[in-house]
Amino acid sequence: MKFKLWLFAAPALVLYGGFFLLPAVQGLRYATTDWDGWSPAFNEVGLANLTDVVSNDDLFRNALTNNLKFLLAVVIGQTALALLLAVLLAARSRASTFLRALFFLPTVLSSVSVAFIWKFVYDPNFGLANNLLDAVGLDAWKSAYLGNESTAILWVAVAQVWFHAGQMMVVYIAGINQIPEELYDAAKTDGAGRWQQFRHVTWPMVAPATTLVIAYTTLQSFKAFDLILGLAGNPPRAGLDVLATRIYSTFANSQLGYAAAESIVFMAAIALVTWLQNRAGKAVHR
Amino acid sequence: MIRRAVLGVYSLLIVVPLIVIVGGTFKTTPDLFADPFGPPRNPTLDNYATVLTGQGLLGVLGNSLFVMSISVPATLLLGSLVAFAVARLPKWPSRILFGIFALGLAVPAQAIMIPQYVQFERLGLRNSLTGLILVNIVVTLPVAVFILAGFMRTLPGELYEAAEIDGAGPWATFWRIAVPVSYPSIAATAIFLVVMHWNDLLYPLLFIDDPEKRTLPLALLDFQGEYLTEYPLLFTGVVVASLPMILAYAFLQRHFVAGITAGAVKG
Repeated sequence: MKFKLWLFAAPALVLYGGFFLLPAVQGLRYATTDWDGWSPAFNEVGLANLTDVVSNDDLFRNALTNNLKFLLAVVIGQTALALLLAVLLAARSRASTFLRALFFLPTVLSSVSVAFIWKFVYDPNFGLANNLLDAVGLDAWKSAYLGNESTAILWVAVAQVWFHAGQMMVVYIAGINQIPEELYDAAKTDGAGRWQQFRHVTWPMVAPATTLVIAYTTLQSFKAFDLILGLAGNPPRAGLDVLATRIYSTFANSQLGYAAAESIVFMAAIALVTWLQNRAGKAVHR
Repeated sequence: MIRRAVLGVYSLLIVVPLIVIVGGTFKTTPDLFADPFGPPRNPTLDNYATVLTGQGLLGVLGNSLFVMSISVPATLLLGSLVAFAVARLPKWPSRILFGIFALGLAVPAQAIMIPQYVQFERLGLRNSLTGLILVNIVVTLPVAVFILAGFMRTLPGELYEAAEIDGAGPWATFWRIAVPVSYPSIAATAIFLVVMHWNDLLYPLLFIDDPEKRTLPLALLDFQGEYLTEYPLLFTGVVVASLPMILAYAFLQRHFVAGITAGAVKG
């Protein structure tokens, strides 16, 4: 019986072991070489790649900075927006069912599609955003958006929030619907207004959903590869380069060993940020 | 009042760009720039003709459908088999099996794509749809196992034991009990996989060189270089690539929300 059950798992284990776990281990090996990816010969460089990535690589540092800016903007923006929409739509009604479906819709689009939509929104000459600002007389607010080196990545963050806020809203709605009605009744009896009900009942009760939303959004922000390539082209300019696109560009530039080392630092960065968030989360909820 | 205003503004933020995109596919570039919000003044189907036949998006669409029609059922089958083993094995073996796949959840594709590239190249699986199918399967297996095992574990053991007392082996128990009972979570996983495999850009970009082997997201990305600011053509590509997903979403809305959210929460 037990043996047969292992046979059930065997095909998946073979494929997953061979094409996922094995390459993951091989990646560690490539990271210690200067292999370009196609020559028969290469040199061992030990930990030189890793130390270069961490301490001596302006391109990588730039991508890391952009990625962290993007992460922070998306995590704050998306979590707040998703919670706001969830609070407004948690009650069941025809209209709220329809709006939930509408707000979720962008999630089923491909990242490249979303990128093209926002490319047009942001087009400095013909785009929707500047067009609209013109129409309402706010010409002064017009901007070059993605053309603006220092803030370009934040405009990508706006597109990312538009893309996934509806999905996180659904997570929050599930959380809110689990809150017992009595808690609100008790708060009302104590004379709590809407804001106080949110502050003292909803917010603490959706803490597990918040943890989930933040963890997922964080991972998403590190994986935002398709959206950036769609908006910025391949390879992206320095202002729009993030870790995933940097790894890809290094690799496309025939520095396979070095790109493998960048991947390791990339993984380490994700692990570190996730760990910090867990600690911060525990501190906040204590 | 504030509620209405917020919901109204956000609805417009979703709807207006989508209307502009769809309307734009029937306009020429100058018409779009002159009046992006209005209905097309001289409606044209030229963009669709250019994109579908001129750019070969019809063939690309076929590739995407072909890849998905194999990779999704295969991932579901392999994942369900693992999930069943996780649900039926004793405590520690079950935990170990589950843990092996859970490991994969922590590793984003971007972190292993490089050694995978080398491996697939050496095996002659790069630049082929077979390779793309294979990589789709292994990369999404962890999430599939996570969702499916999460469900099958919660089913009472008596359900399986009853079948086994009647003389059914594990294979029969799997097909006659586990699969039918797990239908909701299988459906949710299926939809998650469809969206993932249909929309993935990373692996096609990495693996596919021949234009006639491209899948939709890769073909769209190539448009960008070619058309730069010819938005009507870009929009037409967006509509062709998104329409199948949007139609499916319209009909299977609850499954979509459940599936994508389960994948998100667990992935």
